[in-house]
Amino acid sequence: MKYILLMTGTKAGVDIYRTWSDKDIQAHFAFLTRLNRELTESGEFVATAPLAPPEQAKVVRAGRNGTPVTDGVFPESKEFLLGYWIVDVESPERAYAIAAKLSGGPRPGGTALSMPIEVRQMLTPHSAELP
Amino acid sequence: MLRELAPQVLGALTRRFRDFSAAEDAVQEALLAAAIQWPRDGLPENPRAWLIQVGARRMTDQIRQEGARRRRESEVAQQADTVGPAFEIGSDSYPDDTLVLLFMCCHPALTVASATALTLRAAGGLTTAEIARAFLVPEATMAQRISRAKQAIRASGVPFQMPPRKEWATRLTAVMHVLYLIFNEGYVATTGSQLQRLDLTSEAIRLTRILHRLAPEESEVAGLLALMLLTDARRAARTGAAQELIPLSRQDRSVWDAAEIAEGIALLSAALPKGSIGPYQLQAAISAVHSEAARAEDTDWPQILALYELLKRMSDNPVVMLNHAIAVAMVRGPAAGLQLLDELDRDERLAGHHRLPAVRAHLLEMAGDTARAATCYHIAAGGTSSQPEQVYLLTQAARLSKPDLDNSPGVSRDKGRS
Repeated sequence: MKYILLMTGTKAGVDIYRTWSDKDIQAHFAFLTRLNRELTESGEFVATAPLAPPEQAKVVRAGRNGTPVTDGVFPESKEFLLGYWIVDVESPERAYAIAAKLSGGPRPGGTALSMPIEVRQMLTPHSAELP
Repeated sequence: MLRELAPQVLGALTRRFRDFSAAEDAVQEALLAAAIQWPRDGLPENPRAWLIQVGARRMTDQIRQEGARRRRESEVAQQADTVGPAFEIGSDSYPDDTLVLLFMCCHPALTVASATALTLRAAGGLTTAEIARAFLVPEATMAQRISRAKQAIRASGVPFQMPPRKEWATRLTAVMHVLYLIFNEGYVATTGSQLQRLDLTSEAIRLTRILHRLAPEESEVAGLLALMLLTDARRAARTGAAQELIPLSRQDRSVWDAAEIAEGIALLSAALPKGSIGPYQLQAAISAVHSEAARAEDTDWPQILALYELLKRMSDNPVVMLNHAIAVAMVRGPAAGLQLLDELDRDERLAGHHRLPAVRAHLLEMAGDTARAATCYHIAAGGTSSQPEQVYLLTQAARLSKPDLDNSPGVSRDKGRS
């Protein structure tokens, strides 16, 4: 079963992250790279993508004749999607365990960031025959 | 033909070199070489021997290249002399190598995901890339699953030979389970994007055919093959133009595959009198009863109910209980079916399972209680992990919530229901 693990944060959180030292940033990315490798080695990795920072986010709606109408930058309080991981695992418990690992990435000083990770099962294209 | 030969070649190489993992790599390379050379140079006189020879050469090269080459070479030479009969090119002395392979790939030490991947690669002769695409995961991920499976086999020290007779039944059950999972994995609505996917249902049917040929006396294998064929026969009727699911009762039966149905029924008719009836034969028999009805209203529900009674006694599967409740409702009326569902509410294995509210909704609708039926369809839609089912359940809820409204464009309604 496939799950998507959604990492979200606020603009304020992103701003704090920008005050980290390069060492701290590197340590955090090394952690993520290691996790991705572990997931590939365990045969569970499907996909991941980091997203461009919230400043670049736009909300788009269809306007007249379907032309895009874009909305600008979000307010400070809004929660942003920062990145996602898709894993293919044997049980929901395993998806939660991976999410917990992801949430435990290091902050300056090495303690866990404990970022909230939203875990959602992805719908499959399969179905049983309906009577 | 290449894929038919793959497990035989793998069996021969494993038997000779006693290294399943290396033999498996060698077979993939031999298949690749054949795929390039045969169309160009024509089919060799003995394709199987050709593949064994290329694979063996590849393995010998591999052994030479490795660090402790002297020692290993002599070991292999010794083994080739002392262990079992040496392979002979063109010899068909091990016609059941494929069976040994299937037993090995579905070893209890492996996770289901690993066993499935390894079966497709070793017995199915598929490349890692093909299997990865079929399961919609990256190739590196699938390569790891296969390599972990091979490590687990190596670590467990399973020799390449048939397990002791007393283990056959459990191993055969494991093999059938894996083949059934492969079949289900492929059992999806056919959409444009999925045309790129390898057809796993066909692959499962092909492998089950081979298993049936190797173990013709095993009536559950025949039952499994019949079940797959009877289910696959309805593939074209299962989805509508917008890929929406069409339940059995509303399918256009004229597009069912008559040849597959005939083959499934013939297999079943030959298997059932043998006496050792199991869950696959029973499920196939239920499917066959549906297939024999020219119209949904002609369905012999009393017979289906009798078969579910038997199935219930044989397996403690809660999904069987749910289907049994539907059969009860069809024979004795919705109230009797609903009563059974109330009892199933206490079954912990069904807690949160979307099929329970889905079946309840269906029976409530039969009973004329549309309001509660709509609520149950909504609950079921919230619990399913299948996208086509979610759309179907939401459509049913919408149909019952707004019985007189039919103006919203793009909303799929019950068309052609008579």
